[in-house]
This record gives sequence, structure tokens and C-alpha cells, in this order.
Amino acid sequence: MKKWIVILLSLLLPLALPAQEAQSADDGLTFDMDEYLYGHVRDSYEWHITTVKGKPVSIPLPVIVISKAGGGFHCFSSRHLEEGEYKGFYIAPAGSRYENKIVERGSDGSEVRPWDFSVTKNVAGLLINSALLLFIVLGTASWYRKHDAAEEAPTGGVGIMEMLVTMVENDIIKDCVGEDYKKYSPYLLTAFFFIFINNLMGIVPFFPGGANVTGNIAVTLVLALFTFFTVNIFGNKHYWKEILWPEVPTWLKVPLPLMPVIEIIGMFTKPFSLMVRLFANILAGHFMILGVVAVVFLTAKMGVAVNSGLSAVAVILGVFMDCLELLVAFIQAYVFTMLSAVFIGLSRQKAEIE
Amino acid sequence: MSLITPDFGLIVWMTLIFGIVFFILAKWGFPMITDSVQKRADRINASIKAAKEAEEKLRNLAAEQSEMIEEARKEQARILKEAAASRDMIVEQAKVQAQDEATKIMDHARTQIAADKESALRDIRKEVALLSVSVAEKVLKKDLEDSGSQTELVNRLVDEIGKE
Repeated sequence: MKKWIVILLSLLLPLALPAQEAQSADDGLTFDMDEYLYGHVRDSYEWHITTVKGKPVSIPLPVIVISKAGGGFHCFSSRHLEEGEYKGFYIAPAGSRYENKIVERGSDGSEVRPWDFSVTKNVAGLLINSALLLFIVLGTASWYRKHDAAEEAPTGGVGIMEMLVTMVENDIIKDCVGEDYKKYSPYLLTAFFFIFINNLMGIVPFFPGGANVTGNIAVTLVLALFTFFTVNIFGNKHYWKEILWPEVPTWLKVPLPLMPVIEIIGMFTKPFSLMVRLFANILAGHFMILGVVAVVFLTAKMGVAVNSGLSAVAVILGVFMDCLELLVAFIQAYVFTMLSAVFIGLSRQKAEIE
Repeated sequence: MSLITPDFGLIVWMTLIFGIVFFILAKWGFPMITDSVQKRADRINASIKAAKEAEEKLRNLAAEQSEMIEEARKEQARILKEAAASRDMIVEQAKVQAQDEATKIMDHARTQIAADKESALRDIRKEVALLSVSVAEKVLKKDLEDSGSQTELVNRLVDEIGKE
């Protein structure tokens, strides 16, 4: 019973936190839906935790920029940017081309984006989640180092990890890659757990979770690129033949290389779909939860009865959405890994003997 | 719009972080786990196979055992039969031998008896002859006290001998 209460409470947490924020915002201003939604899913230079009495409470993160206007290398705390310009850098205001990003003034006075290697909220989230992932996986591995796995089976957390690893390896990697799956299993397992843990941490509403990492297109782009390179670097002769000279009627290849062009486009659409699928699913999930929670604030000025009634509905819906997102977190990690495995498997296929 | 434009800095960081995580996990993380699990799976498979073999062996053993028991039983029956036969034979032989022995003894006894009888008869005859001679002597002594009778007897004897 106690366990269930804890679970229920933890599910309600995402609802509790933004509530505080909105109350404070309500003191002076009306609820800004756009800022609320995008503020929660986009990257930022500081890690905003909550707002107390109109003042934001946030963790400042290091800003690392290399000026394009000849200002050189700079590294400073994001706290300095709160007041406005600092060392010629400032966060672009709303309406600018680089809204919410660091910019500097170019020689002609226009806004120029410097080389920006800042440890943003997403980078910090990535670091934290990666450390967590390393801790979990290396911890699991160390269990096997200390025990003779042939003699005993792990229990508890190590057991869960073993179950997940075995499931991914047997159900996805072995089936989709085929023969020499062993070579690819570390990459695919890493991709699965990396995405899974980042998805899960993205659902956690407070620090150190809450960074919308896998819902950021740069992150999914890199993941998709890893798969793209894995597929194309280790693709065999048959794979390249299928792309450049597929077995179709000759008029489809000469004089107009119709099929090769389609196949080459296909090479890029595969990782592109991986990138967009993960990004869009996670981002949409965040939007849905945020939207449901926003009902509480949007109805705040409609009177106590309407507000409390709709808030109750929002809470129930929020619990449902969070559960759904837990499922999506797993499914998207699973799908990304499976499709990567399928693409790798296709690039390793041997020519059919006719 | 910033949501769908990948940020260069984040791409660099992500590549770096994911690359490092991948390197560490691929070197010290997942192979350790998957190999260990594989090892255990192999062992379990080997154990199952061994158990199956042992079971098979056991079943064979049981069959062998029952076969052996059956054989032993047959042997026993055969031995018993043989023993009975040899017993019968021995008894038969003994009987025959006893018969022979008995016959021999009887024969021996019969001849002995016959011989004894003969010798006894001879003795008796001798005795009777002596007895009769002595009787005759005595009779003669008494009868021949007078000369007439002596003469008469001699005559009769002579007659008798003559008749013979």
C-alpha cells in the first residue's frame, strides 16, 4: 500500500512543480502559454528549476563561446547574461533570428552567432544521464566480474539490467542483424540504453531530470548519424551493388539512373526517419504533458469551482499521460534500436544465390 | 523554428558524449554482460544435455538391469533343471548300483549257503555213516553172540551183495 502511495505521489510531481511557477506568474502577469510550453522543451543557458515569488531559481551553467567577430575564446557563467550584455555577448531577444541564443555584434552591427560550445541545459542533462548510464551499466558489469555468472544468477537491479540487455540482444539484435551480430551489439545496446535513460530522465520533472534531451533534434541527429555511418561503413559489396546497380529492368538504370538515385536518397531517408521519429515522439510527449498541466493555470482565473474541477481532470489526465510517456520512452528506444539493427542487417545481407 | 534547427554546439557535445559513452560501454560494459549471460546460457544448455544423457543412460541401465535379472532367472531355472536332472540321474545310478550290489551280495550269499549246505550235508552224512557203523557194530555185537545168527547174517549179507 505504502509503495502505491509513493508511486502515485511521484506521478503527481510533474503537476506540482509547474503549479508553483504559475502561481507566482499569476501575481502580476497573465499566463504566457507559448513561453510556458517552449520554455520547458527548448535548450537554455541555465537550468531553470523553479520560480519563487517572481524570481527564477536556476543553476547557472558555463557558457563557452568563440567569437566570430574576433573577440576570441570566452568562458563565463550564464549568470552574467541575466543582466544583459556581457563581454559583447547577449541572448538574442524575442523576434530575432537567433531567439534565445547567444549572439554578438558583427562588424556591420548585425547579430552574429558565435561558435557556441556552451554547456547548456541539454548538455548538462546529457552529462548527468550519461554518468548515470555509465554507473548503471558498469555497476552491472562489475557484478559479473566479481561473480561467476555460470554458477549464479543476479538478483535485483543487476537482474533487471540483465533482463533488459538479454531482451535487446536476443529480440532485436540477433534477429535483425543476423550472423555477425556480436560486432554490432555493443553499439546497438549503447544506443538503446542511452535513448532509454534520456527518455526516462526527460519525464522526471525536476533536477537532475527534465532536460528535453531526446526531444532535441541535434541529439537525435547525432544518434541517427551514428547509425548512418555504422550502416554505410560496414556495408558489404552486395549492399552497394543494390544501391548503385539494383536488379531492375535496365531502362530504369540507363540512361537515366532512376533507381540508383532513389536508392541513394533512401540511404539518407532511413537515418532521417530515425532522427525525426525519436525527436517528434519525445517532443510531442512533453508537449502533451505540459498541455494537460497547463489546464490548471489557464483556468485559474475562471473561478474556484471551474478551476478545481478542471484541475482534477488535468491531474487524472496528467497521470495517464505520464504513464503513456513511460511506455513511449521504452518503445522509442526499442524502435530506434530495432530499426538501426534492421538497417545494419540489410547492409550485411548476402547476395541471394539464384 | 529553433526546435527543428539542430544547434551546432549541442551536436558537438552530443557526438563527444555519446562517443565516449559508447567507447566505455563497448569496452568494459556490455561485452562483459552479454558474454557472461552467454556463458551461463551455454552452461545451462550443457547441463540440460548432460541431464538428458544421464537420464538416457539411466533408462538404458534399467533396461540392462531388467535384462540381466531376466537372464539370471533363466540361468537359475536352467541350473535348477539341470540339478534336478543330475539328481535324478544320480539316484537312478545309485539305485542301479545298489541293485547290482544287492544281486552280487545275494549271489555270493547263495553260493555260500549252497557251499555251507553241501559241507554240512557231507558232515552229516559222515556222521550218519559213523553212527550207523557204530550202531551196526553194536547191533552186530549183540546179534552175533550166538554163532547161528552170525552165520545167518553172513549169508544174508552175502545174498544181498550177490543180488547187487
